[in-house]
Amino acid sequence: MTVLVGYVPSPLGEAALRAAVEQARFRDEPVLVVNTSRGDAYVDPRFAQEAELDRVSRELTAAGVPHSVRQLVRGRDAAEEIVDIVEAEEISMVVIGVRHRTAVGKLIMGSAAQEILLRVPCPVLAVKAD
Amino acid sequence: MDNLANLLDGFANVVTPMNLLFALLGVTIGTAVGVLPGIGPAMTVALLLPVTYGMEPTQALIMFAGIFYGGMYGGSTTSILLNTPGESSSVVTAIEGNKMAKAGRAAQALATAAIGSFVAGTIATLLLVLVTPPLVQFAISLGAPDYFALMLLSFVAVTAVLGASRVRGFASLLLGLVIGIVGIDSVSGQQRLTLGIPQLADGIDVVVVAVGIFAVGEALWIAAHLRRRAAEVIPVGQPWMGRQDWKRSWKPWLRGTAFGFPFGALPAGGAEIPTFLSYVTEKKLTKHPEEFGRGAIEGVAGPEAANNASAAGTLVPLLAMGLPTNATAAVMLAALHQWGFQPGPLLFERESALVWTLIASLFVGNLLLLVLNLPLAPAWAKLLRIPRPYLYAGIIFFASMGAYAVNASPFDLFLLLIIGLLGFMMRRFGLPILPLIVGVILGPLAEKQGRRALQLSGGELHGLLGGWVSWTVYTTIVVVLLWPLIGRFVVRPLRERLVTG
Repeated sequence: MTVLVGYVPSPLGEAALRAAVEQARFRDEPVLVVNTSRGDAYVDPRFAQEAELDRVSRELTAAGVPHSVRQLVRGRDAAEEIVDIVEAEEISMVVIGVRHRTAVGKLIMGSAAQEILLRVPCPVLAVKAD
Repeated sequence: MDNLANLLDGFANVVTPMNLLFALLGVTIGTAVGVLPGIGPAMTVALLLPVTYGMEPTQALIMFAGIFYGGMYGGSTTSILLNTPGESSSVVTAIEGNKMAKAGRAAQALATAAIGSFVAGTIATLLLVLVTPPLVQFAISLGAPDYFALMLLSFVAVTAVLGASRVRGFASLLLGLVIGIVGIDSVSGQQRLTLGIPQLADGIDVVVVAVGIFAVGEALWIAAHLRRRAAEVIPVGQPWMGRQDWKRSWKPWLRGTAFGFPFGALPAGGAEIPTFLSYVTEKKLTKHPEEFGRGAIEGVAGPEAANNASAAGTLVPLLAMGLPTNATAAVMLAALHQWGFQPGPLLFERESALVWTLIASLFVGNLLLLVLNLPLAPAWAKLLRIPRPYLYAGIIFFASMGAYAVNASPFDLFLLLIIGLLGFMMRRFGLPILPLIVGVILGPLAEKQGRRALQLSGGELHGLLGGWVSWTVYTTIVVVLLWPLIGRFVVRPLRERLVTG
């Protein structure tokens, strides 16, 4: 079994990553870091650049947690990708970051966190940025 | 002095609230499309052309000029922050600009680009005021054979000088000329290439061709290459420059202007060659050669000044003789025809107010652009977060609406799609777009001048050889066409002999 963390390069993503490391130690399981982008814009602030992922990798190694990093650019939403991974692989828990969203924002853009919370078959740990 | 009075009149016309609003609208749209790669001022002007039918031509021209200048400013922002040039004219800026940004000097790079563009744009527009009226005097003395020769030179120049492959350039030009021929011949009344379709008898509207090639073709191309790793935008604060940066920038600005203006005015000008030349010159003259390749401010200042100066230069032949030297100018020429003006030397006499208001609006637009770009460059970069499907859906919508609005005929929508597919295939096989657009727009005009010359001489071919102007032009054409042969059989043996001797 593996702890999956939805990572974005922001304080929110860092908080989720820390929580995932904690959970992985507690459960004695490896961590799977997932970062996705639909890849249809020239710039996506939620897409982690190579240097960023290298740093994450180093930090996890330093923390002594076995891990793997997966980056997906296939034109699909983050929620779809994560739900697919959970259904296809042995995932014990999903860790995501959540933030406050306005009603209008959710109406127009939808909420990836809500998608994941409702559709993933395993427990979900929702973390706020500190 | 006469010109100065005219120019002041022009300023008086520009500073009405409505005209200022259109100038602001133009530069805002221009900066936005300049920032976005693949969407340029030429496409935007083509898309907005049908919208302007209900507007005052003066206001529409002010807006178009703003878009044209704005595109030059916006292109540099993406070059510097993203290493993705928004326009072909800012490809060179990316070389040093992005290196500067990576070294934490993005603010200085953006500042020198914006201020350099302003300086170059202002000087070059002043040059435009000085150079154009004498050129108009000269252009009035030219006859039909000379114009025919000049247009042929334009064709040869845009195909043979720009771009990597002459064969592809000429293929593209030929496509454009063929599209331009479709319709009823105005002299003999014969139908040409109409394939028996009555809707084609009026010819294919330039708007449909331009929108199809630029907008639909680009949208299909993007749709075929949608997925890509998102790039990183380098964070940047308020653009500013230190004393040292000013000291190192002002000379490159002036030199860039000196390169940009004449090249913009030449038939094969465009902004690509002068920006490159400016970069090479700065690299040679710099006192900090060690910085080149690692983010030298001269390498941003020079090319950015050059591309704005060339934008002003482009307007010289457009206003004085009705000859476009790049894609945006070609579409603007089409716009002048659609509004019922006759571009050429007579435009200055008949529509003096229009022309001088346009020129005055360039100064105003330039100032607006500095105000818009210097503090807001990081905000413009946010445009790149728009998912491209949304962006291109909007463009396709605008394109279809514009193509339909021209004649209110559904047939034009089919044409749009077919020409869009043609645009896609051209991108697929690396055919340049510019020769096609110039061919479509200038082709029928060249035909008219050529036939007028032949009619005057009673069909004798020597009628095409007017005065010394056409002789000079034909000689230039022959030299340009034979240049590869000359290079191989004359220059190279000479050089080899020099080397061995």
